[in-house]
Amino acid sequence: MYRYDDFDHRFIDERVAQYRDQVRRRLAGQLSEDEFRPLRLMNGLYLQLHAYMLRIAIPYGTLDSTKLRKLAHITRKYDRGYGHFTTRQNLQLHWIKLEDTPDILAELASVEMHAIQTSGNSFRNTTTDPLAGVAADEIEDPRPYAEIIRQWATLHPEFSFLPRKFKIAVSASKEDRAAVKMHDLGLYLHKNEQGEVGFEVLAGGGLGRTPLLAQTIRKFIPRRDLLSYIEACLRVYNQYGRRDNLYKSRIKILVQSLGAKKYAEEVEAEWLASDRDAAALPETYVAEMQSAFTLPDYDKRPVDEAALQKAIAGNPAFARWVKHNVHAHKVPGHAVVTISLKEVGKTGGDCSAEQMDLVADLADELSFGEVRVAYEQNLVLPHVRRDALFELWQRLDAAGLGSSNINQITDIICCPGMDYCSLATARSIPVAQRIAEHMAAKEDLIGAFNIKISGCINACGHHHLGHIGILGVDKNGEEVYQITLGGDAGNDAAIGTIAGPSVKSDEVPAAIDRLVDAYLKLRQEGERFPETYRRVGQAPFKEALYAPR
Amino acid sequence: MLLAEDGTLGVDDWHHLADEEPIPASGAITVSFARWQTDEAILHARADKLGLRLPNTIAPQEIAGDVSRFALIVLNFPKFTDGRAYSQARLLRTRFAYKGELRAAGEVLRDQLLFMRRCGFNSFVVGERAIKENWAKAFSEFDVFYQQPTDGQGPWVMRQRLSPRNP
Amino acid sequence: MQIVTGNRLRDGVVIYFAGAGDWTPSIDKALVAEDDHANALLAEAQVGLPPLPAVGPVLIEVTREGDHLRPVSLRERIRASGPTTGPMAGHTALDANPAASGVDDYSI
Repeated sequence: MYRYDDFDHRFIDERVAQYRDQVRRRLAGQLSEDEFRPLRLMNGLYLQLHAYMLRIAIPYGTLDSTKLRKLAHITRKYDRGYGHFTTRQNLQLHWIKLEDTPDILAELASVEMHAIQTSGNSFRNTTTDPLAGVAADEIEDPRPYAEIIRQWATLHPEFSFLPRKFKIAVSASKEDRAAVKMHDLGLYLHKNEQGEVGFEVLAGGGLGRTPLLAQTIRKFIPRRDLLSYIEACLRVYNQYGRRDNLYKSRIKILVQSLGAKKYAEEVEAEWLASDRDAAALPETYVAEMQSAFTLPDYDKRPVDEAALQKAIAGNPAFARWVKHNVHAHKVPGHAVVTISLKEVGKTGGDCSAEQMDLVADLADELSFGEVRVAYEQNLVLPHVRRDALFELWQRLDAAGLGSSNINQITDIICCPGMDYCSLATARSIPVAQRIAEHMAAKEDLIGAFNIKISGCINACGHHHLGHIGILGVDKNGEEVYQITLGGDAGNDAAIGTIAGPSVKSDEVPAAIDRLVDAYLKLRQEGERFPETYRRVGQAPFKEALYAPR
Repeated sequence: MLLAEDGTLGVDDWHHLADEEPIPASGAITVSFARWQTDEAILHARADKLGLRLPNTIAPQEIAGDVSRFALIVLNFPKFTDGRAYSQARLLRTRFAYKGELRAAGEVLRDQLLFMRRCGFNSFVVGERAIKENWAKAFSEFDVFYQQPTDGQGPWVMRQRLSPRNP
Repeated sequence: MQIVTGNRLRDGVVIYFAGAGDWTPSIDKALVAEDDHANALLAEAQVGLPPLPAVGPVLIEVTREGDHLRPVSLRERIRASGPTTGPMAGHTALDANPAASGVDDYSI
């Protein structure tokens, strides 16, 4: 992974010193809360229901064991011994004290980590495929580009006070595992007919009050022009994005109101007027960045596939885990493993300090020290020999990390909701827990199914993109839940449609059950819920959902 | 009171002409963009320094051909969270090669001063707090930047990493 | 009936205005105002030299149940008692060692 050089270390140390002074000035009364709030947000610090919340950046979801152990240490020392992996590949700690944050950032800096721009009206974490570098369907590793963008976007003086937050995602494989189309700016890496690398650029995606999918504004921008083109996109947004209404200030509103074609024309005009040569990405620079992301020196001993098959045959629980949590790797004999943080009955995406330490140890022993964070709020070990899978599973299972439910109905994406978040209008975690408990017995029968739950319209739980999406709202002081149907992330991204009137909290699990039953009755061979929904329409599901009992 | 990019404090000796005021025969004055559009000929005929107050809703393109007329351009931050003037500043300095004084006015606060300077501002309208809280220190909080202008006013290039991998 | 709440500046702990410049993490000790005096209470809670101890002070509605004050909204009940689920269920930021509490009842 990318390693800091002297420049990066110096920068991050200066950032910590700057922030330490900002906190000092706040606590001394020199800065008002209105003046301080954007500054602390630019270092990922929110004020939530119970305490401050720190959102630590995990650039494009890549960690190593050293960083993960430091996160475990931080949550023990400064927090309550657990962290929450987010839908943008970051980590949140929910019990933070403002006065500790300069020291926390200094500790993070010691392992090349930070919380820069994980909030605020600037560039957020540029996210990517958790299988980056090891996926068989990849054109090339997207992470060098994510790192190039990260550096360019860090404390960018022109774009630190945008109308609103700005989220970028990069994908370089046939299958979009990064939900590119829901981002403000999306990049699909392509090769043109001459074999040159470039990007399809999409703009204007976003969830929340006005969910919209990003639209292609440029079919191909050569790699050398990537940053100058992104700069043009941002400059148009910075100048023309709405600033009069908080709920209309994302770039998706600008793209929607201008139309994608007009927005593309504005960007093109701005880009052509700029000094593209001065801003071009030198090939040497790209090559250097790519050299930071090479594959490890895999062990060339033959993989004992027979031993693995014997273990599968002899252990149904292990067999199930292999079926759902283990994915193909581009190097024969190896696998990518998803560690589920979705144990039924627990808080999805949460990971205790002890579990973090265990995953760090397992990464060191079995995955060349590397760990990834998936936006579905799970962890990934990207370099596991197939004959190590059984031992890995046993050790994970002993620590509550052995759930074999990746992409299944109990692998629910869920925001922290009103148990933690000051923006929330309803609780989300208890709903996810009860649904998982209710549906667990049918999980194998159902197959792949994505339920996504948000505790407010800001949609951090991506409910718009759930096969079944659930949005918690407040109705006269009562928590009620709106159901959406037919959403999807990935290549065939779709925004779910609202099913009808909202459902009471205690009726949600049974409602989900009826919807799933309707799907099981209607589905044809190989159809996931979105395909069935598109084929048969909303009516049968609405009927099942609201059927009198 | 003005803060300069080198951290020194000084007095603003420009007269900022209100739209309803008649144009004085002499003296350094700034005018609004609207005034510039209606009275350009009169203003052009004056010998003394001229400045322009450009709202953050006007694209710098609108004054592209005129920048050399101005010794001062004042850009506005109506709220410190409104970042449009950062883009205006960068465009004026780079694309339109503006060489005069570029001043930040409006809600100019200590923690945005360094961003402003790096976008090309070289003076800042500030109040008493700038003295009491020693705002000049803000300019030296960082000496490394990921986006590096070549000579302070030229085009921007990506930082070239100086590392053993790429000497 | 209303009281004023905010989060303590230095550590984010949930606090309630107790009058005369004092803030307390114990909701039962909050100073109560009848609705027509609520705005005056909020104004009083914001008097003082910066930095004020509480960030984001707001009025919230409460009812009295014996010696206790109970917020009307679920959100404020959660702020007063802690998350309803997870490792910190039923615990606020002030609790010294929630892991030792043995709480595993996830209802509010």
